[in-house]
Amino acid sequence: MVVQRSDELPLHSDEDVVRARQAVRQRAIEQGFSLVDQTKIVTAASELARNTVVHGAGGSMRLEALNDGPRRGLRLVFQDRGPGIDDIARALKDGYSTGSGLGLGLGGARRLMSEFVISSSPGQGTTVTAVRWR
Amino acid sequence: MDRIPILRMGPFLLVSIQVDMHDRLALALQDDLMNKIRATSARGVLIDISALDLVDSFIGRMIGNIAAMAHILDAETVVTGMRPAVAITLVELGLSLKGVRTALDVERGMALLRGSPAGREDGSGRPEK
Repeated sequence: MVVQRSDELPLHSDEDVVRARQAVRQRAIEQGFSLVDQTKIVTAASELARNTVVHGAGGSMRLEALNDGPRRGLRLVFQDRGPGIDDIARALKDGYSTGSGLGLGLGGARRLMSEFVISSSPGQGTTVTAVRWR
Repeated sequence: MDRIPILRMGPFLLVSIQVDMHDRLALALQDDLMNKIRATSARGVLIDISALDLVDSFIGRMIGNIAAMAHILDAETVVTGMRPAVAITLVELGLSLKGVRTALDVERGMALLRGSPAGREDGSGRPEK
């Protein structure tokens, strides 16, 4: 598997979330994703970017265009140095929220992507890696 | 700060969301709409989202909130023009916007508002719920 291109974007504000999803949209188009798949990836990116800003006290998103033989993909890596998640299984459950949201962000984003990995421990921050293959 | 314009047309308020909204902008729209419903005694609100290429859980929640709040303020809400890709994604995300009336385009949305008892020009009658 080859990483064709890698970009890193800061995530500290509402406006950064908008910029992040626009960058993801652009890369998804370049990778040849269908309109529905683009929308799914961008929506997942929006949820995860917001989590980074709201729950992770800010961080970054790495955006990688993947090439695996004939397969094209997009990998998103969200990283923060926030308080971390102590119960990942619970955080993934629909309707569970520590904030004022609907609690659909994390679980919803997982449903919209092909691969989804969270690594986090309390006090150590959180890294979410999500991949969608075409 | 930027604001999304709210137009008044008879007893209805019209909003067309044309920009990629950040979260504060979405919340400001929610507040502005409620104030405007109150100030104009509007009977209905039409929100056109045909220009939106994404509705995530935050924007989805805002739409649901607007419909619920407007209902309490005695106004009906119709959301028009959602793109198919957005609808597919929204349901997969886990949001089905129950309780929000939708129409394919602005014309049908206006007809829905006018046709509902709440939307009659003379303001007579409210739907029995």
